[in-house]
Amino acid sequence: MKRFALAGNPNCGKTTLFNNLTGSTAHVGNWPGVTVDKKTGTYKKCAEPVEIVDLPGIYSLSPYTPEEVIARNYILDEKPDCIINIVDATNLERNLYLTTQILEIDVPVVIALNMMDEVEKLGNKIDEKTLEDRLGVPVVKISALKETGLDELMTRAYKASQKARLGETVLASSALSHLIGDVKIALKGQGVENPLFHAIKLVENDSIETEMHKETLPMIEEFKGTFEDDVFGDDFEALVADARYKYISKYFAPTLTKKQEKFSLTKSDKIDKVLTHKVWGIPIFLAILFLVFHLTFSEDLFFLGKAGVFDKEVVAYTATQEVVSEEDFEPGAIYYDEDGNEVEAVFYGGEFVELAPIPYAYDKAGNKIEAFYDKDGNELTVLTNDEGEVADLYDANGVKYDAFYNADGWECELVLAEDGTFEDVEFVSEIDAFRSEISVHTFFGYEESVFSPGVILFNAMDTFTGFLSACMSQAMANAPAWASGLVVDGILGGLFSVLSFLPQILLLFLFFSILEDSGYMARVAFILDRIFRRFGLSGRAFMPMIMGFGCSIPAMTNTRTLADDKERTATIRVIPFFSCSAKLPILTAIAGGIVQFFGVGNADLITYAMYVLGIVVAIATVILMRSTTMKGEVPPFIMELPAYHLPQGKALMIHLFDKAKHFIKKAFTIILASTIVIWFVSHFSWNWQYLDDAEMNLSVLAGLGGLLQPIFTPLGFGSQLGSYGWVFVVAAVTGLIAKENVIATFGTLAACLSAGFAANEALGGVDSVVQMITATGITVPALIAFIAFNMTTIPCFAAVATAKAELPNKKSFRMTLLFWVATSYVVATMIYLIGSWWWTSFIFAALIAAAIVMIVLYNKRADKKLRVS
Amino acid sequence: MEKTLDTFEIGDVGIVRRVVAEGKVKRRLFDMGITPGAEAKLRKRAPLGDPIEITVRGYELTLRKAEAACVLMEVEA
Repeated sequence: MKRFALAGNPNCGKTTLFNNLTGSTAHVGNWPGVTVDKKTGTYKKCAEPVEIVDLPGIYSLSPYTPEEVIARNYILDEKPDCIINIVDATNLERNLYLTTQILEIDVPVVIALNMMDEVEKLGNKIDEKTLEDRLGVPVVKISALKETGLDELMTRAYKASQKARLGETVLASSALSHLIGDVKIALKGQGVENPLFHAIKLVENDSIETEMHKETLPMIEEFKGTFEDDVFGDDFEALVADARYKYISKYFAPTLTKKQEKFSLTKSDKIDKVLTHKVWGIPIFLAILFLVFHLTFSEDLFFLGKAGVFDKEVVAYTATQEVVSEEDFEPGAIYYDEDGNEVEAVFYGGEFVELAPIPYAYDKAGNKIEAFYDKDGNELTVLTNDEGEVADLYDANGVKYDAFYNADGWECELVLAEDGTFEDVEFVSEIDAFRSEISVHTFFGYEESVFSPGVILFNAMDTFTGFLSACMSQAMANAPAWASGLVVDGILGGLFSVLSFLPQILLLFLFFSILEDSGYMARVAFILDRIFRRFGLSGRAFMPMIMGFGCSIPAMTNTRTLADDKERTATIRVIPFFSCSAKLPILTAIAGGIVQFFGVGNADLITYAMYVLGIVVAIATVILMRSTTMKGEVPPFIMELPAYHLPQGKALMIHLFDKAKHFIKKAFTIILASTIVIWFVSHFSWNWQYLDDAEMNLSVLAGLGGLLQPIFTPLGFGSQLGSYGWVFVVAAVTGLIAKENVIATFGTLAACLSAGFAANEALGGVDSVVQMITATGITVPALIAFIAFNMTTIPCFAAVATAKAELPNKKSFRMTLLFWVATSYVVATMIYLIGSWWWTSFIFAALIAAAIVMIVLYNKRADKKLRVS
Repeated sequence: MEKTLDTFEIGDVGIVRRVVAEGKVKRRLFDMGITPGAEAKLRKRAPLGDPIEITVRGYELTLRKAEAACVLMEVEA
């Protein structure tokens, strides 16, 4: 099969052309060794199928960026049958600069003059016949967007690919021609392929070439010694670049006749004037950012609920039909709701929580069963028989009950208290339990608010996976407990807790792709570069970091826009410190627990302070890394600001589909394996007995937690908690599957620690935390340290898997894991010690000062050494 | 009159004379079309004063002041 490669500048419409040529055959992978997308696909309308390879978007074939090196090596080593060079016709001069370099390689080339529709719309014209004559290769006018000229382009490319072509250079007419000619002859004599290309790069002192042709260097230096230019002296790199642009301005640029004035205002300029406005630029950016997060994560769309649109006073009725309003509720009192059902006013910490229905069983006809009778008509309170099971029960008329139902008419069985009295009813079928809970509110919001599109998608996915779990659980009802536990809780539970985030991750991706494709993201870098340079990062690093507040996974993938490997590594490492949406329940529950139990502070304030702490830790560690292990000059910020344009639905969808595929693949491999391991250690005892949720305290994980307990003593949740130190360790470990598991585990463990405790879902884990505080005697500084530990330690498995894929190599991945563990340990220790004994802050201040002095001194010495050598 | 690109006021137009930089920065400036003879206009500054945005060879380019200081421009006095 013939292979054609697409080459061109970034933003020249290469991806659009690629998508339109290859359609559904496109496949995205990585170039070996680097995290730059490699896209391949098949074009089927030529005489034979042609493989199309999309090279990274580049401005030049210089040796300075990984993209340029990839493109260059691909063309030289893989020898495609033809290069289709896409040229943005609205930006002819700079695009042709790359063309002049590609033409020097011995490979057939066809020029695709893209965006011709835009050029013609402006009333401009390009004389492609003259351009073709002067370039010496076919030139085809196309519009990748409107799909015009594509067939002609491919036909001519196919024709060109059948004949070999020798490289030519525009430098032949410059003062350098003799020098280049001499080097080329020398290289040809050595049997080097593509002698012209290598000769020019050698003359330019290109670092890759000088490395490759060491033995030829002395000769080239000799040749160069005879050459001197009045303007550039012996700066050959400058000379070559200058000669290329001079030639382009003289021979290629005049083929374009412009109607419009130079420097006139276009529509794009007008948009830009607003979006990068001196005063409004930053506020507009913050507003857009807020909107993106709000639409993805908010459970109260546009704050309609807070604004009181759905406010409905909670009222109940007394037995005599008198109305009781919320202020007058008494804890534990029994009232009646509108339908006449008994409800209990539940209070927590002196605050009204909800009106919980008092459970009753119902008969088939839907009548409430007030009392049970035995066969002989005696009223029963203890409902067990001799074997301790539910006895045969009869109604007042002596008719035996075959089945029981709940208030909504779902078939149920009775749940009895320890003394055998009636306590509650429970669904017979897991599927029924699940179906009974689905309503329009599940998807679109509760009575008090409307959900954002992101939350609606999340609920849809969650409901779907929940249904599958319920079906599986029903199907395995008769299997041994450990088997159904493994399948339902271990495998499906782990998998689904990750997958249910997929819709929100994709939505976030979609929003940021729209911002990226429209050209706005480049402006964000422009606006924020000044701030980020201080931390040794470029303005581009901002987006991935801020995306971290939503989810680390898209954030880490987004670091691909950063050019420098060290900058990328540093950014990926601090992304988890920007507390993601799944960590929020940890913050709110523990903050709520602290306020509830100790009566100090304000839950919102604690939550907010923890977010700020995450940002501070991120900044501090970035500065630390950029001045030690991830050192490197601040990468140059010389960047094109592409014209604004409407993003394309098709390209966005292809992009999203790809991300989804990658994510699902990871969920089924590395993430699944890790969750199963954690399920095993938390549900089996040392002697391989299966344990119920309620017996987690006997598990291998609890045992390991006990062993590790001393390590966490400086953090406040280790040995000082006596025999309960392991509980916090266990909760943190289960958080590796997904961070919201931490609080769920608290609920489970609280039930293990204090018999009879059952978490109330309406409280969002606050009661579990309070129960844990009561049982373990943990202090406030230790609880704050625990939050900080969870925020800054190893993120969830899905994020770890993403980091592994995005980091440049295995070593840096291992160092990243170590970095997360070390940072969380140090930060949590500092918080606990300073919080418990304020004077330790002096010790930390002294240690930090000493570390800074040492780093500065060390760097100064290293600099000096560098200068001497 | 000669002055460096970073000292331009908004709306100033000039012709590139020389690029006084090294390595990566120099090559990048060349590759993006800032070569002797190119006409450049300062379009705007970022809200915090740095980086700047210029029009060169018919497109918009942003660079930091530090990098713009390497570009020597010829302007009409």
